[in-house]
Amino acid sequence: MSVPVAGLLDSFTGSFDFIFDSREAVGGGLQVGGLEQVLELLWTQVWISALALAVAAAIALPVGIYLGHRGSGELLAVAIGNAGRAVPELALIAIMIAFVGVGVLNVTIALMVLGIPPILTNSFVGMRQVDRGTVEAARGMGMTTFEVIRKVELPLAVPTIMGGVRTGATNIVATATIAPLAGVLTLGDFILNRNVYGPDGVLAGAILVALLALAVELTLAAAQRLLTPRGIELEREQARATT
Amino acid sequence: MSTNPRLRAAFAAIAALTIALVIAACGDDEEDSGDSSSSSTEASSAAIEENPDNSGISLTIGSKNFTEQIVLGEIYAQALEAAGYDISTDLSLGSEQIALKALEEGEISAYPEYTSTALTSFFEFAPEDVPGDAQAAFEETEDDFADLGLVAYPPTPFSSANAVGLLTETADELGITSISDLSDHQDLALYGSPECRQRIDCLAGLEQYYGLDGLRENFTPVDIGTRYEVLDKGDADLSILFTTDAQLFTSDEYTTLEDDMSVLPAGNIIFVASQEAADEAGADFQETIESVQENLSLEVMQELNARVDVDRENPADAAAEYLSEFGYIE
Repeated sequence: MSVPVAGLLDSFTGSFDFIFDSREAVGGGLQVGGLEQVLELLWTQVWISALALAVAAAIALPVGIYLGHRGSGELLAVAIGNAGRAVPELALIAIMIAFVGVGVLNVTIALMVLGIPPILTNSFVGMRQVDRGTVEAARGMGMTTFEVIRKVELPLAVPTIMGGVRTGATNIVATATIAPLAGVLTLGDFILNRNVYGPDGVLAGAILVALLALAVELTLAAAQRLLTPRGIELEREQARATT
Repeated sequence: MSTNPRLRAAFAAIAALTIALVIAACGDDEEDSGDSSSSSTEASSAAIEENPDNSGISLTIGSKNFTEQIVLGEIYAQALEAAGYDISTDLSLGSEQIALKALEEGEISAYPEYTSTALTSFFEFAPEDVPGDAQAAFEETEDDFADLGLVAYPPTPFSSANAVGLLTETADELGITSISDLSDHQDLALYGSPECRQRIDCLAGLEQYYGLDGLRENFTPVDIGTRYEVLDKGDADLSILFTTDAQLFTSDEYTTLEDDMSVLPAGNIIFVASQEAADEAGADFQETIESVQENLSLEVMQELNARVDVDRENPADAAAEYLSEFGYIE
């Protein structure tokens, strides 16, 4: 038992060396790894993911919120949500090479497709599940449709909507690992090109992507908590206290 | 850049615990596409004869993951199958480093490699030291492969090299005809395979010998199969092509720049096998290999590449056609 564990620890030590210090590529010819390259690829992965998430949110949020408010189009929201989840990203990138070529546009579209379903479904459900009595009361007070959405429904739906954004963001940032297949160099470069970076590079890439996804998840979880209205939290605390 | 080694070890241990589980959960899925196109032999000078003694000898034929290699892999695999061997294939091994590792570790029994690639990538030859003569280059690789416990068989008639290619339109516009001319155009976007970055007969050589240090900044590694699409779509100004590519002969759309400093050497294909596989396979193995590659002239190889890349034929079918057209199989 001790031998394989030692071997495993060795490869992890090697991959951490790869992250912090540059070394010669497998085939010679250039220096690879080291913090400078790691940060460069990490940064690309972050901005391409942020871009894809922003586009996905810009499309899915208004549609989901509007449909959820009207309480119609459930079929549409759910169907798009489910269909979107089934799209194979690799195939999408490969097909789009024929239409838009390689590069940022290709990867952004592919990742956006991944982000839309959870955001759309969650914003629809979030708006839909707001207590009808509360909405009626708001209307009774003379609020306009816009005011009802902005002041009543949205704040109450935020936790659910943010849950969708969080899922979408985590999916996107993790999947951005395959972006090098379309010529955008993210941390996946280390993983996909073992022939250049060696086994240490592959493992280093895997560790970095896992940590990045975890960081995104935790950051957005914190954001979700911050955005949740005080009222809902109190309600939840009460519910917990009474049960 | 240095960091506290103890801190690093601690990080490593934590990461090991969390991620080992994930890795353990991921199996490796390998695709084996054994071809069942063996057939009986007919009396023809080149025809491959099925030897019943060979059945029960299992060989796995490998190749790298681009058209020419896959077609060659299929040709060798189908020929050996016709000779009676039990053949399976693994024709998507990625770059030369991966293929060599697979061969050394016994995952494959043999695969086709270019003499120039073997010498520059495996045996640290400078491009100018790669012999221009196919036989001389073969003899160099033969010795070096023997040191690794591998057997190299004599070369094919055709040879192939990397080339810096671009749209003819762009070349005319910029008025460039050779790689040296690029010294005033180092802001051009160059696309190539991921391993091009470290290969002396690719980007590393363009830097070292031509002094084109500006190219790396605008270099984008992409899948080797997209080398023409990136030019067509306008993503790339320059793309690393192969001199045996069908596209270079079926149209005037693309031009390759003259390698005026001879940094991108041409290489013939040599079939490389592990000593173990060669010993087990016996005399028919070498005989079949040498016979089946006899007709692989430059024209024939280009034609085979064209059938796959331009006519969208299946590589296995193109290989089978080659074998029957030259009378190896019925």
